[in-house]
Amino acid sequence: MTANISNQETYHDEVVKHLIQFSIIWAVLAMFIGVYLAAELIWPRLDFGQFWLSFGRIRPLHTNGIIFGFGVSALMATAFYSVQRTSNIPLFMPRLASFCCFGWQFVVFTGALSLLAGWTSAKEYAELEWPFDLAITIIWICFGIVFFGTIANRRIKPIYVSNWFYGGLIIVISVLHIVNNLAIPISIDKSYSVYAGAQDAIVQWWYGHNAVGFLLTGGFLGMVYYFLPKLANRPIWSYRLSVVSFWAFTYIYIWAGPHHLHYSAIPDWVQSLGMVMSIILLAPSWATMINGIMTVSTAWKKLSIDPALKFIVLSLAFYGLATFEGPMLAIRSVNIVSHFTEWTIGHVHSGALGWNAMVTYGTFYFLVPRMVGTDLYSIKLANIHFWLALAGTMLYILSMWGAGISQGLLWLSIDDLGELSYSFTDVLTNMVPYYSLRLIGGLLFLFGTILMAYNLFKTMHGRTVVLVSPPEVLNTNRETTSNIASRLQIEART
Amino acid sequence: MKIHGVTLHRKLENHLGLLIFGILFVSAIGGLVQILPSIFQESLGEATQNSHLYSAIELTGRDIYIKEGCHVCHTQQVRPLLAEVHRYGPFSHADEFVYDRPFLWGSKRTGPDLHRIGGKYSDAWHRVHMTDPRSVVPESIMPAYPWLSTSKAADIGDIQKKLHVLKKLGHPYTDEQIRNSPQALQGLSQLDALIRYLQILGTRLSESPP
Repeated sequence: MTANISNQETYHDEVVKHLIQFSIIWAVLAMFIGVYLAAELIWPRLDFGQFWLSFGRIRPLHTNGIIFGFGVSALMATAFYSVQRTSNIPLFMPRLASFCCFGWQFVVFTGALSLLAGWTSAKEYAELEWPFDLAITIIWICFGIVFFGTIANRRIKPIYVSNWFYGGLIIVISVLHIVNNLAIPISIDKSYSVYAGAQDAIVQWWYGHNAVGFLLTGGFLGMVYYFLPKLANRPIWSYRLSVVSFWAFTYIYIWAGPHHLHYSAIPDWVQSLGMVMSIILLAPSWATMINGIMTVSTAWKKLSIDPALKFIVLSLAFYGLATFEGPMLAIRSVNIVSHFTEWTIGHVHSGALGWNAMVTYGTFYFLVPRMVGTDLYSIKLANIHFWLALAGTMLYILSMWGAGISQGLLWLSIDDLGELSYSFTDVLTNMVPYYSLRLIGGLLFLFGTILMAYNLFKTMHGRTVVLVSPPEVLNTNRETTSNIASRLQIEART
Repeated sequence: MKIHGVTLHRKLENHLGLLIFGILFVSAIGGLVQILPSIFQESLGEATQNSHLYSAIELTGRDIYIKEGCHVCHTQQVRPLLAEVHRYGPFSHADEFVYDRPFLWGSKRTGPDLHRIGGKYSDAWHRVHMTDPRSVVPESIMPAYPWLSTSKAADIGDIQKKLHVLKKLGHPYTDEQIRNSPQALQGLSQLDALIRYLQILGTRLSESPP
C-alpha cells in the first residue's frame, strides 16, 4: 500500500466512501419498498387506506430509489474512484464532486417524498416533476465536469475502457433526460409534456429503454471493466473486442426503444426497426460478457476464496441471461404473450437483481475494505449473502416467468366458440402462488443486502479512508490501454 | 491483421474531445431516425373525428388518474389482437391520443386495460368500486381510494392555467371555456372528476374509417 504522506498529492476517496454509504442505504430502503409492494399485490389492504402507502405512489418510489438512489450513487462512487486511478491524477474540482454526492442524495430524498405526495409526470423512470428534473440536470453536468475534467488532466495518454462506458453514461443520459422531460410547468408539482399521445410514447421509450441501456447496462459495464481485471489480477482479455463491443453497443442500443410499443398505435416501421435492432444488440452485449468471462478464465481458483469475485462473475452470468432474454422479448411474436405481463417484471429483475445489484455488491466487497485499509469484517457473512442473493434472484425470476407466461397465454386464449376462455379475474386469482414465491425471493434478496450493509458498515466503523498517491509513470505516451490494465492490477496488488 | 476501425478508435481514446463527440454522434443516429419522422408525421399528431378534447372536469379527472398512479397498473392501449378486441373493445388508434399529455399507455396490466372503459359501468358502480373495490369485485387486488370522495376537484391545480398552457400547445380551447372552467369544478369531489374522465375514455372512436 502506498505510504500516507500528507503533503504529497493524494486521490480524493472520501467522496467515494460517502457515495458507497448512501448507495447501500438506498439499496436497503428501496428493496424494502419493493418487498412491501410485492406483499400489497397479495394482501391489497396492506396500504391501510393511506394515500402514501398506495401501490400507484410507492411503485415509482421503488424504481426511482433503486435506479437513482442505489444505482447512480454506486456509479458515481466507482466512476470517481476509477477515473483517478486510470488517469493517474486526483479528481478535478474535488469540492464539486462532493456537491454531486450530497446534492444528488438531497434530490433523490426530496424526490422520493414528492412521489409520495403524488407529484409525478407519469413517464416511467422519469416520474420526478420539473423542479427535480432541473436539479438532476445541474448535478449531472457537474458530474460530467468532474469526470471529464479529471480525464482532461490525465497523465496517461490513452483513456481506459471503463471511462468510455462511464463517459457514455454521462453524455447519453443527459441528452435523454433533457429531451424526454421537456414540459411546460403549471405549478411546482405539475407540468404538461411538450409531446402528446403516440409521439410522447416514442420519445418516452427512447428514453426509458436507453436509461436501462446507458445507465443500468453501460454504466455498470464501466464498473466491470475496471474492477473485474483488478479482482482477477489479469488484464482485460481482448482490447479489440472491448473496442468493437463499445461502439456497437453505443450505436445499436438507441434504436431498440420501440420494442416497448409493439402492437401499439405507433407506426409499424418504427416497431419493426426497434425489433430488428434489439436482436442485433445481442451481439455486442454478449461480446462484452465473453470478454469479462475470458478475463477471469485463468483465475477460477480465486472464485472459491473471494466473495467479491464470486458476485461479479455471477453478475456476468445474469447479464448474459438478461441481454439474451431482452432481444427475445423484443420479437413481436414473443412480445404478444409477454407484453404487459409479469414476464416484463421478471426480465427487469434478472437485470436489476442478478446483474446490477450483484456487480455492485462484488465491487463494494472489494472496494470498502481496501479503502479503509483493513480486511472485510466477515467473509462468512459475505458468502451467506452470496447464496441468499442467488436464491432470491432465482426465485424471483422463476416465479415471474411462470406468472407472466400464464398471464400472457390465458389472456389470449379463445375457446371453440370464439369466446374468451378466461375472465380477467380468473387469471388474476391464479397469480397468488407466483406472487407469494416472488415475495419470498424478494425477502431473501433484501435480507442478504441487509447482511452486506451490516458487514460493510462494520468494516468501515471507526476507520478513516487511506490516503493513496498516484504512482510514478514512465513513458506514458507509449502505453497501450491493455498494459495500463496490467499495470493497474499490479498496483492493486502492491 | 489491421482493422481500420481500431486505428480510428486509437485516435478517439487519445483525445477526450474526439471521444465525447464520437459518443454523441454515434448515439444520436438511432434516435434521430426514429423520433424526427414521428414528430412530423401528421397521422400521429393531428386531431380527427376520433380525437376528444378533454373538458375542464375530464382533464382534472385525468390529472387525478396520474397523481394516484393508476397508469402503474392499468394500460390504455388495446392491441389489434383477436382476444384483446374481444375482451376490451376496438383496438387503439393514434388519433385518439393527440390530446394526451403525457400519454398513459402504461407498461403493465396488473389490472385490466382501461382504454375502452368509458360507458361500460355506471357512475354508481365506479363510486363504490373506487371506495371499496372488493365489495363489487371480491377477487380484486386494487387499492381503495377513500380519500377521493372527500377531497375537492378544485384542489387539483389551477385549471385556468392548465387550459391556457394546453391552448398554447395547440389544444383548441376557447377563451370562454377557459374563463368558465373554475365554475365547472365547483362542488365536485375528486372522485366525481375521475369518474367523468373514465366515462369518456375511448368512447369517441367512430365506426367508419376516417
